[in-house]
Order: sequence, then C-alpha cells, then structure tokens
Amino acid sequence: MLRYDPKPEDFAPLNLDEKAGDAITRPPIGYWQDVWMRFRKNKLALTGLTIMPVLTIMAIIGPVISSWDYRECDYGHFNEFVSSRHWFGTDYLGRDMFTRLWHGTRISLFIGVTAALIDLVIGVMWGGIAGYFGGVVDDIMMRIVDILYGIPYLLVVILLLVVMEPGLTSIIIAMSLTGWVGMARLVRGQVLQLKEMEYVLAARSIGASPSRIIARHLIPNTMGVVLVSLTSSIPGAIFGEAFLSFIGLGVPMPQASLGTLANEGYQVLRIYPQNMIIPAVVMSLLILSFNFVGDGLRDALDPRLRQ
Amino acid sequence: MSRYILRRFGFMLISLWVIVTASFILMNAVPGGPFTSVKLTPLVEKQLERKYGLDKPKWQQYITVLKNLCSFDLGLSIRERGRSVNDIIKNTFPVSAVLGLEALTFAVTLGLTLGIIAALHRGKALDYTAIIIAVIGVSVPNFVVASVLQYVVGYKLNLLPIARWESFKHTILPAFALGLGTLATMTRMMRSSMLEVLSQDYIRTAKAKGLTSAQIVWRHGVRNAILPIVTILGPLTAAITTGTLVIERMFGIPGLGKYFVESIYNRDYPMIMGTTVFYSALLLFMTFLVDITYGLIDPRIRIAKGKGD
Repeated sequence: MLRYDPKPEDFAPLNLDEKAGDAITRPPIGYWQDVWMRFRKNKLALTGLTIMPVLTIMAIIGPVISSWDYRECDYGHFNEFVSSRHWFGTDYLGRDMFTRLWHGTRISLFIGVTAALIDLVIGVMWGGIAGYFGGVVDDIMMRIVDILYGIPYLLVVILLLVVMEPGLTSIIIAMSLTGWVGMARLVRGQVLQLKEMEYVLAARSIGASPSRIIARHLIPNTMGVVLVSLTSSIPGAIFGEAFLSFIGLGVPMPQASLGTLANEGYQVLRIYPQNMIIPAVVMSLLILSFNFVGDGLRDALDPRLRQ
Repeated sequence: MSRYILRRFGFMLISLWVIVTASFILMNAVPGGPFTSVKLTPLVEKQLERKYGLDKPKWQQYITVLKNLCSFDLGLSIRERGRSVNDIIKNTFPVSAVLGLEALTFAVTLGLTLGIIAALHRGKALDYTAIIIAVIGVSVPNFVVASVLQYVVGYKLNLLPIARWESFKHTILPAFALGLGTLATMTRMMRSSMLEVLSQDYIRTAKAKGLTSAQIVWRHGVRNAILPIVTILGPLTAAITTGTLVIERMFGIPGLGKYFVESIYNRDYPMIMGTTVFYSALLLFMTFLVDITYGLIDPRIRIAKGKGD
C-alpha cells in the first residue's frame, strides 16, 4: 500500500505559469459557430450543402455557356438524343434541352426562393407583432391566421391562377397569399417565449421602443427556427410550382420551369424518356438537397442534441 | 372540450365562407358567362339567364349562391352541357375516394412499420435504409414517381397495367405513386416520435419490470409514439387529395381529380369553383375531425384545451 508523506514543498504556493495553465484558452464559441460544428458532422447535410450551390451555379451559368437560346428552334433536329451538338438532346420543337433545363432550374429556383422569402417577411412581421403585443392585437391577428390556415393551400393557388394572367408574378403572388400563415404561427410562438426573457426586460427598462425590441432582440433570436422553416418552404414552393405546371397552370410558353419541362417530357416518355428523366432528376436533386440541409440544420439547432 | 369543438367548428365555417366568397368574386371577375360559348339568340339567352337567376344584381346572386350552398347545390358545368357540378361529383368522387383511401391505407401501414423498425434499429443499416426511402419519398414529386412506375413496371417489364381503372391490378401503380410521399412523411414522423418515446423513463421502468421487448414496444412505445402522428393526418389527407389531381390524369382514372384538371384546361369556371369549394369543404372537415380526434384520444391535450386555448 502506498503511503503519502507530506513534504514542505507540497505546500509551496504555485508559481504564476502553472496558474495560467488553468485559464480557459479555447476561444469562446458563438451560437452559429456551435451550430456549424454540429452541422459539419452530418454527412447528408453536407452532401445537400454541396449539391445546392452546384445546381444554383449551373442555373446561373448554364444558359450562358450553351450556344443555344432557350426559345430557339433547331429545325431538322427534333427530339434528338444526347449529342455534341445538343448536350442533353432536343425537344419536340428542336429546342436545346441543356439550355432549357438550366433555364427551367433558374425559374424554379426563382419562384421557390422568392415565394419563400415573401412568406418569411410577412410571416415574421405578422407573428412578431402579434406575439409581442399580445392581448387584443394578438387575438385579432391570430384569428385571421387561423381562418387562412384552414384554407387548403394549393386549391386557393389553383383558383387564383385560373383567373389571373398566367406568368411568374401571378404564380408567386398566388403562392404567397396564403403561404405566410405557417411562418406567422411559428414566429409568434417563439416570440411569446422570448419576450419573457430578462434581456427584453432590460431593453424595455432603458426605454427601447417596441419596434426596436422586436427588430433587434426578438426576431434575431427566432432566426434559427425561421431558417429551418425556410429550408423546407423553398422546396415546398418548387414542388408546388411543378405541380401547377403539371396541371397546366405553370409558367406560359416558351418559358420553362422544371415542372413544365417534366410535363412536356412526360408526353413523349415512351419514345424519348431522356426528356422527362433529366428535368425530373434535377428537380428531385434540388428538392433533396434543400431537405438534407433543412434536416441537418434542425438537428444542429436542437438543444437536446447538443453534447 | 365541447367549447373547443364549437370554436373549431366556427372557424371551419368562416374559412369555408372566405373560400366561397373569394370564388364568387373571382368567378365574376372572369369575362363571359355560362352561355357565351354557344350561339344563342338574345331572347333565349335572356330567358336562360332569368332561369338561373343571372339577371339579378350581384349581391342577390351572391345570396343565392350562399343559399344554394347551404343545400349543397354547386351550380352547372359549362363544358358538360346539362350536367350539374353536383352530378359530376356524385359520379366521379367515389372513384377518387377509393384511390385515395387505398393510397392512405398503404402509406399509413407501411410508413408506420418502417418508422418503428428504423427507430428500433437506430444507427444500423435498417435505420439508414428507412431514412433514405423516406428522404427520397419526400423529395421526388409524385408525378415523377408515377411516370417512372409507368415506364419501368408498366411498359418495360409489362407487369402491371399502365392506365385505366378496371380491376384491383389497375389500382396498384396509381395508389403506390400517390401514397409514396405520405409514406415517407409517416416514416420520418414515426421514427422521431418513437425515438423520443423510447428514451423516456417509463420505458426504462418497463424494462426493469422485466417485460419482453415486444410488450415494451407495443404497449409502451407505439401507443405513445402514434399520438403526434394523428395531428399530421389532416395535412396528409390534403396532400393525397391534391395528389389525385395529377395521378388521375396520368393514369386515366375517371375520378373527380381528372375532371377538375380537365375543367382547368377547358376554363370551365363554374366547375372549377364548385369543385374547389367541394374539395375545400372536404379538407376542412377532415382537419376538423382529426383535431377533434386528437383532443379525444390524448388526455393531456384535453385538459390543456379545457383551460381556454
């Protein structure tokens, strides 16, 4: 058995260097750094985060690097298979599928992102105001949300698009008209929790105006949840647009979106399957990447999964 | 609880009223009436307009529309001459309902099973398989699934009929294409819900008592994990219903969805409006039922709802 014999040296004071060893040398990790560290470990999320910019960049430069225009018909080259002249073949009017594909991706992404951002802005403001003020204001605002929430989303969009001029703007307006209510509910719930926090009380006690408290303290703190919801509403909007295109309410000719391309390809699926398969694969990859990132973000933001 | 039901019912009616009013305004914003597509002498047109009450001021027409709706009268189709929207719905909706129910049954049973299996094998190969199926199912639009099935299973392998609506064999492909998205959502929800339940203290207690794992999974796991799933049945029904619009058109199924999409192509406004109101009413009612059911089966919700919200 070991015996401990205390010696006088053991009771000498520590020198300064050894004290410094106890100091926390690691730099403090901010909220978003912490999120990123956990996000980084998720392979699927990282895959999504790689596919997304690749497709976005192709949507931007794709139509430019191709020598064809998306409306241009190459007479004598109808329904052609993949070749060096037309990288992804041509459609029934001899239009270059490579150009049309990336042009379509551009339109689909534009609709998805714009509709989601409009939903975000309206939803965050509506939910923020209702949640912060509470009482009668909250009651009235949230009853309106309740009524709109019950209305089936795609049916309203169909109803509006039947009457409105066909086009990009109509689709985005129709989609945002009822699309923001989910976001408003989410933000209100968050704000209700956050406004009881001490820092809000502190801000109020030094005389900050409600608009400043909402804009500077409450909304930035809801951003995590809002971001997760955004990554799921963008593919939702892309999906919705594709659905509308498939029932004939999408962007009008000669414009193309991934939905209209898939619809056109479906008409000739048996003979020229590539015309359907290529846009369908790109659309699925696009939605998939957003879903991967959204899932990864949700896990990374979830405090219960924090180690 | 009854106060809550009453409130929810009230909201349902208001939502429906908003849709009816919106569709009335939109319908009147569209140029042309139901009789513009055929050549009629002015006298005949006048008489027809009088018969259907179109010569009255707009506000009277609006009240008539509301009155008719209270007796479930949705008006006349332009395209299908002489047929009312009610008539079309009565003939075609049962087909859609069969398809939808088949898809829902398939999606719910298989989705729940996959979710449970994935949760029980967390982090293993089975779990990853289920997750991948789920993510693909959520990300691939149903019309893509449908066309791939038609091309591969129907055309290349010649296993199942590509289209038409005749025997049970004809229903397999459309029901699968329609249900896959729902199945995926189910799997995801059930997996996370089950994982949450399995980490609870009462599961450890059950293990400590010496229950068999089958007993733990069924009696304590699944029964608790399934509760949150009920809430998404409403949105899922909506997804299936809108899904039928595309799937029925692709598979040539004579259901309401196909007629609805055709009425969009034909710009048959009364039919579009009537069917939209019908679908909306159906979905609102389903969501209402789901909410009520949820309140009834989960005692925690029942108590919380009783306290005001």
